[in-house]
Amino acid sequence: MTPSRIRLLAAGTAGVLLVLVALLVAITAGVAIGEMTIPMKTTAAAVTNRLGLTDIAVPRIQEAVIWDYRLSRSLVAAFCGAGLALSGAILQSLLRNPLAEPYVLGISAGASTGAVSVMLLGFGAGAISLSAGAFAGALLAFAFVVMLASGRQTADRTILAGVAASQLFNALTSYIVSTSANAEQARSVMFWLLGSFAGVRWPDVALAASVVSIGLVVCIWHSRALDAFTFGEDAARSLGIAVQRVRVVLLLVTALMTATMVSMVGAIGFVGLVIPHAARFIVGPGHMRLLPACALVGALFMVVADIVSRIIIAPQVLPIGVVTALVGVPFFSVILYRARRGA
Amino acid sequence: MSAHSMLAANAVRWLAGRKVIVDGVSVSVEPGQTLGLIGPNGSGKSSLIRLLAGLRAPAEGDVMLDNRKISGFGRRELARRVAVVEQHSMTEANVTVLDVVKLGRTPHRSALSLWTGADDEIVENALVRVGLTDRRDQFWHTLSGGERQRVQLARALAQSPSVLILDEPTNHLDIQHQIDILRLVEDLSVTTVVAIHDLNLAARFCDRIAVLSEGKLVTCGPPAEILTEKMIADVFGVEAHVSTSAHHGRLHIQFLM
Repeated sequence: MTPSRIRLLAAGTAGVLLVLVALLVAITAGVAIGEMTIPMKTTAAAVTNRLGLTDIAVPRIQEAVIWDYRLSRSLVAAFCGAGLALSGAILQSLLRNPLAEPYVLGISAGASTGAVSVMLLGFGAGAISLSAGAFAGALLAFAFVVMLASGRQTADRTILAGVAASQLFNALTSYIVSTSANAEQARSVMFWLLGSFAGVRWPDVALAASVVSIGLVVCIWHSRALDAFTFGEDAARSLGIAVQRVRVVLLLVTALMTATMVSMVGAIGFVGLVIPHAARFIVGPGHMRLLPACALVGALFMVVADIVSRIIIAPQVLPIGVVTALVGVPFFSVILYRARRGA
Repeated sequence: MSAHSMLAANAVRWLAGRKVIVDGVSVSVEPGQTLGLIGPNGSGKSSLIRLLAGLRAPAEGDVMLDNRKISGFGRRELARRVAVVEQHSMTEANVTVLDVVKLGRTPHRSALSLWTGADDEIVENALVRVGLTDRRDQFWHTLSGGERQRVQLARALAQSPSVLILDEPTNHLDIQHQIDILRLVEDLSVTTVVAIHDLNLAARFCDRIAVLSEGKLVTCGPPAEILTEKMIADVFGVEAHVSTSAHHGRLHIQFLM
């Protein structure tokens, strides 16, 4: 290895460690902050106790709050941020469109419709879960967008198809809610649609962790193929990439990650859009580094956004989608402005 | 550079929807030679280029690389033998010259294999060849049209191909950069197919020329036999005077307007 490459590797490792530490601190803070303030030390003790490393006395009620409520919530937020950022990065590269992400393309809206159908109409009646319904909805939305945007696949056509998909599936969701839900159901569904980490528990953590881990591995495995898409599909094909297979695999993985997150915490916008751009500014366009960076930065962003949503109008909680948009849009404006100057 | 290859299309036919774009064309390029494809807009040059490069599968007929059907090659295997330069490469990604040239190594590497010293050397040689060694860290979107084509040519060379296929590589360039690119291609020892608009450049740089019109092959042969006043009138609808240049001894085509 050349000295410059060793330096690069060292810088990369230091960067990853830095973000990992920041993520750990954020998750601990997420556990500490709330109606009942729990010292970080107690949080750490509760976790190491459970892992069988220590045996420090922790008040039972604090332990219950940490373990059954806040830690699972922060972890789901982390995986959710990672999954959405990863999905955004994949869609942007695959469709060669800087505006592509699950929310903008209507994939999240489709997943919402699928989940609401299962929730209120009782499709599958317990046989299929909420996330399976969301996955079906996400795939349906994907198919809709691909069909509308087929032929001359230009950037604006894809986005227009996504807008149409969002409108259609949001309307379908509203229709189902209006016709099939009672007042209380309707309120809880609307709250969930705006995004909320309330009510997530350990089984959700397990599901989110496995889906995002699988997604991350599959995406990184295809990182060289994604690089080859830099100049479009024909260019990728002429570099020996099995374009069709790569597209199908990665779009399925994206739909799966999006659907899992939507069924758990609702449709959350802007993470998939903003984080990949931010990550590109830090590590450049190469996917081998970009994808892990997206996952880490996305996780950190979402954990912090969740904390902000809980303290800004405490003791009430803002929908997480409100926070990501309020943070995301100004941030995105800066990126757009700088990109314009750079070009 | 790997051994020379021979590339041939045998009665290939290709349709877009129900419209016949390439209609039973047979052409071949001898090892190490340069074949020029000329013809009016919409004559099927780009489609034939895509068929020859294996980017599209012909509805009928076969494309043969060293007497083997290219449909029988694996994707990566083919990409190690045949490199393509498109007429206009565009990207939104903020890539550098080096990033782009390194893409050429893609077919030679498996999903997670490490970048090697040999890869470095091949990329370096490609950059030297197109004269961009000192521009390696420059961003793609800051390059001129001519520089971008040189970068794409370097990327194609990094694929270590035995066949190079270029689709109107000089289309958006001024005359100096057109000649610049074609000289670079001429100096390579690979088998080359190039779609080209400028008949004088075709006469100067190609060993043989194939003329397409409405998807059909009109004629094919050495420039002196092909680029006649009659052919230019029939295919392009332009009156021309063809003579041998007193300056470089090649054909010189003057359009009588």
